[in-house]
Amino acid sequence: MYPDPTVATFITENFVPARAHVKEQPEAFERFEAQWTPTILILDPSGSERHRFEGYLPAPDFLAQLRLGLAHAARARSDWGDAERRYRELADDSSAGDVAPEAQYWAGVSKYKGSGDPGALAETAERFKTRFSESPWAKKASVWSG
Amino acid sequence: MEIQWQRDVDGALRQASQSGRPLLLDFSAAPM
Repeated sequence: MYPDPTVATFITENFVPARAHVKEQPEAFERFEAQWTPTILILDPSGSERHRFEGYLPAPDFLAQLRLGLAHAARARSDWGDAERRYRELADDSSAGDVAPEAQYWAGVSKYKGSGDPGALAETAERFKTRFSESPWAKKASVWSG
Repeated sequence: MEIQWQRDVDGALRQASQSGRPLLLDFSAAPM
C-alpha cells in the first residue's frame, strides 16, 4: 500500500512515520506488544495509542483505517467537533469500506458528547436502520432508539 | 512522494511530541 501515491501523501501530510523491522528491532515489537506483521499503530503526540490494526489491507481500506485513527485521536482529546467531522466524512465515503459503520456510530457519539443532546444518539440509531443495518455497530446503536 | 520513514522509534516519539503530529508506527517484516 505504501507505493500508492495517495497513501504516501496522506501519511506524509498527517503523521510522523516510523518503522520497526521484526528482525532488526524485536525490542520495539515487545515494547508495543506487536505480535504480527504488518501491525500499524497510531499514537497521539503524547505517545498514547489511539488505533491499531493488523494484517495487510488494500490501499483504500488502509487509508480508511488511518483516517479512523485520526478521528479516534480527536475523540480522545475531547475535540468533539473535529472528531464528528472526521467520523462523518468516513461514514459518508463509499470508499471507506468496513470502517464506515464504525465511523457512523462514533459520529453520533461525538455529536452527543459535543452537544449534550441525546437526540444525536436517537438520530444515529435511526440512521442505522437504513445504512449498515446488518453491521455489529447497528446492534450497539439499537439501544438508542426512542 | 516517498515516505521518509524513521527507524528510531524514540526519536520519532520526540518529533511527534514537538510537532504535535500523531505518530504512525509500522511493524513490518518486509525488506527495508
